[in-house]
Amino acid sequence: MNRSIFRLGVFMIVIFAALFVKLNWIQVVQKDELDNNPLNSAQVRRDFNRPRGTIISADGAILAQSKKTDDPSSEFDRQREYPLGDLFGQVTGFFSFRYGSSGVEKQYNDELAGATFSQQVRGFGDLFVSRENVGNVVLSLRKDIQQVAKDQLGNREGSVVALDPRDGSILGFWSFPSYDPNTVSSNDSEISKSAWELLNAAPGTPMRAHMYQDRYFPGSTFKVVTGGIGLETGKVTNSDPVYPFVSSYTPQDTNKPIRNFGGETCGGPLPEILRVSCNSSFAQMGAETIGPVDMVAGTGKWGFNSAPRIDLPDPAKSVFPTDVGRNQPKLAQSSIGQNDVQATPIQMAMVAGAVANGGRMMTPHVMSEIRDPQGNLIKNYAVNEWLRPLSPANASAMYEDMLGVVRSGTATGLQIAGCAVGGKTGTAQLGTEPPKSHTWIIGFAGPPNQPATVAVAVVVLNQSGGSEATGGRVAAPIARAVLQTALAAQGGC
Amino acid sequence: MSRRNSELGMMLMAVILTASAYVLASLGATAEIPANIVPFLIIVLGLFMGAHFAVRKLAPESDPVLLPIVTLLNGLGYVVIAGLNESLAAAQATWTAVGIAAFVATLWFVKRPRDLERYRYTFALVGIGLLLLPLVPGVGRTINGSRIWVGFGPISFQPGEIAKVVLAIFFAAYLADNRELIANSQWKVGPLRLPHPKYLGPLLLAWGVTLVVMFYQRDLGSSLLFFALFIVMIWVATSRTSFLVIGTSLFAAGAFIAWNAFSHVKVRVDTWLNPWQDYSGTGYQIIQGTFAIAFGGLTGTGLGLGGEVRIPLAENDYIFAVIAEELGLLGGSIILMAYLLIVGSGLRIASRAQNSVDKLLATGLTLLVGLQAFIIIAGVIRLLPLTGVAMPFISYGGSSLVVNYVLVALLLRISDQTSRVEINRSAEVVNA
Repeated sequence: MNRSIFRLGVFMIVIFAALFVKLNWIQVVQKDELDNNPLNSAQVRRDFNRPRGTIISADGAILAQSKKTDDPSSEFDRQREYPLGDLFGQVTGFFSFRYGSSGVEKQYNDELAGATFSQQVRGFGDLFVSRENVGNVVLSLRKDIQQVAKDQLGNREGSVVALDPRDGSILGFWSFPSYDPNTVSSNDSEISKSAWELLNAAPGTPMRAHMYQDRYFPGSTFKVVTGGIGLETGKVTNSDPVYPFVSSYTPQDTNKPIRNFGGETCGGPLPEILRVSCNSSFAQMGAETIGPVDMVAGTGKWGFNSAPRIDLPDPAKSVFPTDVGRNQPKLAQSSIGQNDVQATPIQMAMVAGAVANGGRMMTPHVMSEIRDPQGNLIKNYAVNEWLRPLSPANASAMYEDMLGVVRSGTATGLQIAGCAVGGKTGTAQLGTEPPKSHTWIIGFAGPPNQPATVAVAVVVLNQSGGSEATGGRVAAPIARAVLQTALAAQGGC
Repeated sequence: MSRRNSELGMMLMAVILTASAYVLASLGATAEIPANIVPFLIIVLGLFMGAHFAVRKLAPESDPVLLPIVTLLNGLGYVVIAGLNESLAAAQATWTAVGIAAFVATLWFVKRPRDLERYRYTFALVGIGLLLLPLVPGVGRTINGSRIWVGFGPISFQPGEIAKVVLAIFFAAYLADNRELIANSQWKVGPLRLPHPKYLGPLLLAWGVTLVVMFYQRDLGSSLLFFALFIVMIWVATSRTSFLVIGTSLFAAGAFIAWNAFSHVKVRVDTWLNPWQDYSGTGYQIIQGTFAIAFGGLTGTGLGLGGEVRIPLAENDYIFAVIAEELGLLGGSIILMAYLLIVGSGLRIASRAQNSVDKLLATGLTLLVGLQAFIIIAGVIRLLPLTGVAMPFISYGGSSLVVNYVLVALLLRISDQTSRVEINRSAEVVNA
């Protein structure tokens, strides 16, 4: 009998070893896969019953906060609230048990929940006192700038981006249509569900942050990039070449000319052709002076064909066609921001910002700092440079050219008394009948003879008309108001 | 007495571990040291020290490992249950007290294992009666789809839990009597040499009982346990492998018929093979359980910090998922080791026992604990189809806990008996 008992013992060891192996399989090998399974609500549930930090604007407005629920029947202790409704909806994102999270709520989830390693180490000392070990996220965005952007854009589809070109911090980040994250984030599953379905069916995709998740034809604002590439390759200076005064430019292999707006005749050196936004000259510059290889490489240095490393989820990349080597008509059209060129509003704000910042394009960001509930600093945003499309000398040349556009060119609507303001308009025709366009303006402003402190990009979609003046007329007042508000917040020019 | 001192030391460790776990769980859940920690410690210490001193008095030469491990499992189970549901915790504490009382009473009344042997057929009748009791209209109750409960007024219990031990006693006694006959009987069927049909009778009876439990009470786990208990005991008694083969074939046939004929069995198997096809329905519990276990990872979320994933029946069948979530692979492995230590101690008691009844009884009782733990853990981690049985000493539930305490008392009684005989023998040698 003892032999059988011994064998039974061995058998038991074997089957328990099988349990041990399977347990390892689930808890070690498959752990990540299971944790990230979309059906797994463990992470969200944990964060939902934990206290969660507040999201605050740079000027102290509360953008998102967790309130204790008094409802004893609720399975959650807290309800996330967004006091300003849609004003910051696309920036903060939502925080929904049913649908997860987006925006800052998603990007800085661990910090808000107090779940980062450094926060947990700090929390050790609090073992015996009940204190909420969360992080409050302070954004670089200001409520006053955001409000001006919202009021100025009104009910027109479009985006407004304002940033500080010196460190990449975003000051204003608005697009219409936006949405109110309160309903989607409701603990009431029915409210959340119906809001989600309504918003997904709504025209203009309000839950998309159009400022950095959508891209549009940049039109003539792209001429800053083409001109910048010309300067950087050494093939273009502010005095040479002098482009011919013509009413249209016809690239090789086609008989379709690229016409100037209204059939006007224009030409001259870079400052002049930028001032009047001369299509024929910039098409020729891209197609002949610079050429396909340098255009593709150059646009890459300006951030095209890669997504900016913004601290928000799922940024879209701006695109410049790479198949222009044997296609001069396409290259010519692309050089003036038509054809297959598309840019996000944040990208075009960064283009203006790089010109104003000595050629250095800073990584854009919305977080400025994270503090614990006692106000102690947990972490600062580490400012860093993303790209360097221009040398300081070339940046300064383009800076002067853009000042010229505002002084006496197509962007005079941007002028602010006592400030140095540069800019560039754009009207990207959509080829519709009657003509409709995306109207753009990009620009920067600051005290005279000092580095600019604000860069801006505004796009208003689907506006009637197709003349170059349209961009200046529609978008410039919005950009100007935003620049003024931002400058006032910084102490004026 | 050095055995008892080792036991005391280990039990103190188990009590300290339980109390620490209780404090940690409370810190995890509310960031406060539990207000009732001092009375808690006194009660825990009182209960388990009571058990220890009962052993010291009533079975002084018994195995020192079993009781400390049982203490640890019971204590840890209590802490996890308290974290899930405080009202269940109070009931579990009461059942622990009843279990320890039953433990002491068993040691007190059963002075020699052989005392039980005399009532073998009574035990057989009682065992089968208890098994079938839930099927009696009026007293039987169906909870969570299984008709394994009996209720008298507010009290309900699972007679099947008691039947397991009672039948193990009967099997041990019956097989000890007949093992030579069964082992040597011949029945040639062609090239096969089978045991004589006369002795296959009890085997078929056990099979029948198993099928009744599976079909009418919808308790797959218990039916598997009964049948495994019987065929392993008959195999140990006779050393004839043919019993294992026949038994396994019979069970496989029964299971196959059940799989074909009964939707609830088919659902269990389908859910085991692919729980994802009905995520929110039949697969919900196993998927949530797997999420919870995976979420625990290597070291777990910490006591009192689990429960992010909601698992149905977390305090009972699925308690292992909660332990694996809160204590991780580390804690889960410790639980596995603890059960293996119980199995090891139990089988050592069996192999050292002087007579076949004691050997068979110790083997059967050990198998009950070890196999039951295996069946439920394997079900929870999807190694086997899930068949709901309680996790010995850990799951919430009075019937199982009390019966398992009686079971350990019987093991300790056999162990003590064996050691005393050995001591007497060596004393005789010295005297001679």
